[in-house]
Amino acid sequence: MKDRVVLRDGMEGTRVVVGMATCGIAAGARPVLNAFVEGVNKEGLESSVSVTQTGCIGICQYEPVVEVFEAGQEKVTYVKMNPEKAQEVIEKHLKGGQVVGEYTIGAVTA
Amino acid sequence: MKELSLNILDVAENSVKAGASLTQILITEEGSLLTLEIVDDGCGMSEDVVRSVVDPFYTTRTTRKVGMGIPLLKLACEQTGGELTIESVTAEADPEAHGTHVTATFHMDHIDFTPLGDVSASILTLIQGHPDTDFLFSHEQNGHVVKLDTRELRVVLEDVPLNSYDVMQWIGEYLREQYEAVS
Repeated sequence: MKDRVVLRDGMEGTRVVVGMATCGIAAGARPVLNAFVEGVNKEGLESSVSVTQTGCIGICQYEPVVEVFEAGQEKVTYVKMNPEKAQEVIEKHLKGGQVVGEYTIGAVTA
Repeated sequence: MKELSLNILDVAENSVKAGASLTQILITEEGSLLTLEIVDDGCGMSEDVVRSVVDPFYTTRTTRKVGMGIPLLKLACEQTGGELTIESVTAEADPEAHGTHVTATFHMDHIDFTPLGDVSASILTLIQGHPDTDFLFSHEQNGHVVKLDTRELRVVLEDVPLNSYDVMQWIGEYLREQYEAVS
């Protein structure tokens, strides 16, 4: 396991940030976080995708919120997430490189 | 919150935010009384702040004007006839022994007792998000204790991060086994 530790430092890949403030927790962020942690591991993306938590993002009514940061790309904000949608995002966006537009804040607020 | 484990997750996050190096989550069940304690060695709060935190319109965050965490915990325990007490010492007041101690008591036989829920999931979530700070978890019921101390894990793991997938799986299993031994 120790050789895998090396890959963590200076990782340039993708960051998946799950909102875990009071609003997020109340709205169901814990299972969404689990879905991402499990999914990233299952798809073998651990070396290029990190899953972390954050506090209040400021759009509490849209929680659970998941932000995806990729080098050179605009931040993608997924809202009203659940474990099923998380699976889709892992498949289509993290693996397939295609943002799932209908789950983004742009689609919901338009 | 649907389960107390979510309130626990929420309030423990405050401890981490306060810069705690060790956050303790202690649950004791004795008869029909459940006592939840969240203790940290973070920066602490002044008397004025301690009085304010139970107010839902008080918060230190800048994104919104409400802070619901503590008010929700207060509601959850008081609706069962229990009470919430918060003791805190700021780093300024005592550089050697500062931090916050939140104690919430619940009467489990009250109809409005929110189920404890999946406490292990909350502990795992805390470790996942904050692998560099320590957590001491202890749940005592019927004389049996379920325990986890990340400081002990760190000694064995050395440089391996606490939130690597395999370690998290192990911790989950370790907690599951201990809980199974209780029943």
